[in-house]
Amino acid sequence: MSGDQTSADFEAVARGVSASREEPEKARPSATAIRLEHLSKAFAGRRVLDDITVDVPEGTAFCLLGRSGTGKSVTLKHIIGLLKPDAGRVLVHGTDVSSLRRRELAAVRKGMGFLFQSAALFDSITVGENVAFPMRRHTDWPARRIREVAQARLAAVGLERDFDKMPSELSGGMRKRAGLARAMALDPDILLVDEPSAGLDPITSREIDDLLVTLKQQGTTIVVVTHNIPSARHIGDELAMLHDGRIIARGTAAELDRSDHPLVRAFMQSEGAG
Amino acid sequence: MFDRVGTAVLAAFAWLGDVSLFGLRALGEFFLPPYEPREIVRHIYEIGWRSAPLIAISGLAIGVVLSMHTRASLERFGAEAMIPAGLAIALIRETGPLVTALLVAGRVGAGIGAELGAMKVTEQIDALEAVAVDSFKFLAVTRIVACILAMPLLTTITDFCGIIGGWLAEYAASGMSWRLYFSRAFSLIEFRDFIPATMKTAVFGLIIGTIASYLGFTTTQGTEGVGRASTRSVVLASILIIVTNVVLVRLIFLVYPAGV
Repeated sequence: MSGDQTSADFEAVARGVSASREEPEKARPSATAIRLEHLSKAFAGRRVLDDITVDVPEGTAFCLLGRSGTGKSVTLKHIIGLLKPDAGRVLVHGTDVSSLRRRELAAVRKGMGFLFQSAALFDSITVGENVAFPMRRHTDWPARRIREVAQARLAAVGLERDFDKMPSELSGGMRKRAGLARAMALDPDILLVDEPSAGLDPITSREIDDLLVTLKQQGTTIVVVTHNIPSARHIGDELAMLHDGRIIARGTAAELDRSDHPLVRAFMQSEGAG
Repeated sequence: MFDRVGTAVLAAFAWLGDVSLFGLRALGEFFLPPYEPREIVRHIYEIGWRSAPLIAISGLAIGVVLSMHTRASLERFGAEAMIPAGLAIALIRETGPLVTALLVAGRVGAGIGAELGAMKVTEQIDALEAVAVDSFKFLAVTRIVACILAMPLLTTITDFCGIIGGWLAEYAASGMSWRLYFSRAFSLIEFRDFIPATMKTAVFGLIIGTIASYLGFTTTQGTEGVGRASTRSVVLASILIIVTNVVLVRLIFLVYPAGV
């Protein structure tokens, strides 16, 4: 993706975003988009999350840092209701998603986008159909408009030429970008992104970061799980570090830079891509 | 020793209970919106239409073999004239439904188990949920319903092709015309022979779809787990079909005692 092309793509996606914003009305009931209240979760007796409490204000980006296997992805899956907490609550726009019934949860999920760590593209349909899938399911837009929006989303992540390819034909990084395009398909209020820069070259990684910043500036609340500290510094309004199931540091990048905790300092000083 | 056997038996019943609840939930959810008609039609095409060549060729071959065996037996009693009717009754009442179910369990059961298992381990099922789609309804209910609807149609193809195969064998052995063969074949066949035997295959479809979907949805341990889900779908569905067939045949004879 060249710089000019990226700008054009951002304009395209911005047009797509503003066009689609006419359709589903976004909920703005509270200033806190996501609140995790004393969240705890264990798998097979091993405690992965231990009394986590976090607030993510609307229209901000929250970056969750930590070593592999510390429960960052588990936290994201709680927010979208794929996992139920053993204790505590997960509030999205004030609604406790862990207590919702299936249909109510589906309604909340329509306002959220989720990029999986593995991208999790549907491998029996094309990349374009993957991105169009949420729109086909949840809007009554004509096929032409769905295709246009899907193309704009793919263009935003630099995959405009890959609409008709199968996921198996894409590299790991391209799959990741296609997954992000699908997560953005319905112009969600909340975007949950698991390792957006994993497998990407530094330039593409920076462009994806820029895209996330643009979405944030347009009002989307973003939660990013990442090992990539430069990326977290660029995107995040607030960063938190998860270790042994607990948040050991939280604040702006500058505040975490000044942390006394050796692990936090080591993490913040590791400028390499994750 | 007894402890271990007892534990295994209890685990088997617990598994059967889980699978039964899965199937009953699927049947219940079929009647609730969204109805997913496009997915059901797509799976009927995948499960039904794409199985038709296998079913037709197998039916034809079974008809030929059954005819040869029947001839060898009835010749001894000078009852060759009964070959078409005997073959048709055997095919329509039992051989056709059972063979079709076992073939579909092999082809479709393995496919569903592997496909859903792969979707589970690659987080595609979670991804469906994340885009606010009920994965159980979209993936399991549609496949189970498609199996239920496709099985009677496929059984009818097996029956028909089996009778054609029987005629081909009889024509080669005695030169019997197809008009005479078919008039003799259907002379003793009544609706009560065809309808209950064919409709029971809807239950076989429920078994195939439910077991394969359940194993796919509960797959763990990566690609090894996918392979295991696929194999177990075939083995367990086949066993359950054969056992359930005994119960269903008994029930049919209770409802239609004159058919005994």
